[in-house]
This record gives sequence, structure tokens and C-alpha cells, in this order.
Amino acid sequence: MFAAAALALLVALILLVVRALKGPTVFDRLVAANSIGTEAILLLAVVGFLTGRPEFLDIGITYALLNLIGTLAVLKYFRFGDLSQSGGEEPEN
Amino acid sequence: MEAVINMVLLTLLVVVTLGVVRLRNLFAVVILGSIYSFLMASVFIVLDAVDVAMTEASVGAGISTVLMLTVLSMTRVEEAKPAHSPLLPLFVASATAAILIYGTWDLPGFGLAQTPVNTHVGAAYLERSIADTGVPNVVTSVLASYRGFDTLGETAVVFTAGIGVLLLLRRGRSRARLKKRQEERT
Repeated sequence: MFAAAALALLVALILLVVRALKGPTVFDRLVAANSIGTEAILLLAVVGFLTGRPEFLDIGITYALLNLIGTLAVLKYFRFGDLSQSGGEEPEN
Repeated sequence: MEAVINMVLLTLLVVVTLGVVRLRNLFAVVILGSIYSFLMASVFIVLDAVDVAMTEASVGAGISTVLMLTVLSMTRVEEAKPAHSPLLPLFVASATAAILIYGTWDLPGFGLAQTPVNTHVGAAYLERSIADTGVPNVVTSVLASYRGFDTLGETAVVFTAGIGVLLLLRRGRSRARLKKRQEERT
């Protein structure tokens, strides 16, 4: 059961990496990267149950937070071209 | 099953690395770098090194990506064609790889009981950790209890580094504000 889930996750992972490599626009790559972060969380959970040690499930929460911050940083860079700007201001040009 | 997961993950690592080498758009390269870190973290999870995986994910996929983007905002997004031929770097990298692989021949077998790693204090930690600290994960008990002061020092260093980075970023911002204000006055 968990083995089947792990296999499905691996197939999805391969497809995501293909999209990240081919992706015509930056946003394709960005969404692929974000989804790979989610995949890592799911893989952590499934591998935990697969090896009979689901104690590490909590670490998935940390991963989710990191994933969010990484994506926000990239999007902010894309919007403002600079990370030091605070979010409320509009770009100058 | 673990072998299959490992094989797929390692193959994907190679594929992503080739993509990083081939692509000229540095923005895409930064994103691929964060993907690489997430894949590497998954490899660490399969190898049962969850704490290392967490470090890889937070440093590799989190902080490194943000730092790379900060650098990217100061330079151009398209990578310039290299002026020299790639043969010399290729040779240096291959030679280093050959030396490193040669070095692994002398390593003891994975998980062997007679290695120095498993014959010194490790056994004592495994035996006494629950009685001493009550923490079920031995790695956590070593990090947070037996070597608590060491970890405290590390945390202080990382915290200081974080404050430094924040101050540097803020400086850029206040300068931009100052410039804006001066422009408004004139």
C-alpha cells in the first residue's frame, strides 16, 4: 500500500522535474519547484510509514514553512526585482 | 523499495545538475538549485538522517535561494558565454572526483560494527540516552542534551549571522528611501 503510494510519488516527482527543466516560462519552473517541495513532504511521510517509523511526521511542518518562504522570496524578487523592499510599496517603474 | 526510491532520487539529482549546467537563465538556475536541495533532503530522509535533511532543506532550499536572489538583483539574469574553453575546469573537476572516489576505497563498510565510529562513545550514548535524558531520538538527545552548550553556541552564531544579513538588507532599503525622498524634494 505505502509502496504503491511511494511509486506514485516518484512518478509525479519525475514529471515535475521534467517540467522544471523544460518549463518555457519562469513561473512553470517556480510552480514545479514549489510542488517538488510538497512532494518532499509527502515522500517524508510515506517513507516514514514505509519503514515503520512515523515519528518524523512533524518535520513535514518545517518543510511546509520553508517551502512557503522560498516561494514568497522568489515571487517578491520577481515583482520588485529586489528583496529589501517592504511588500506594501509598489515598484517604482 | 528504499533502493528504488534512492535510485530515482539520485538519477533526478544528476538530471537537475545537468540542467543547471546547460541553462543560461540564472533565475531558472536558482530555482533548479532549490529543487536540487529538496531532492537531496529527500535522499537524506531515505538514508534515515532526518536532522541532516532538515538542515539541507532550510539552508539549501531556503536561505541559499534567498541569498542567490539577492545577488541576482545586483547582476544580470542571463549568464554570459564563457570566454575560455571548458576543458581545464572539466579536467580539474574530473581529477578531484577521481581522487575522492579513490579515497572512498579505504572507508570501512557501511554500518560495520568494528569501525571506530561504532566502538567508542556511540554505544554508551545508545545505551544511556533514554535513562539520562528521556528523549527517544538519540541524535536529538546528543545534540540538545549531551552537547547542549555546543548547540547553544552554534545557535548564537547563526542568530548573529541572521541579524547581520538583516541589517545589510535594511541598509539598502533605507538608502533607497533616502534617495526617493531627495528626489521628491528636488
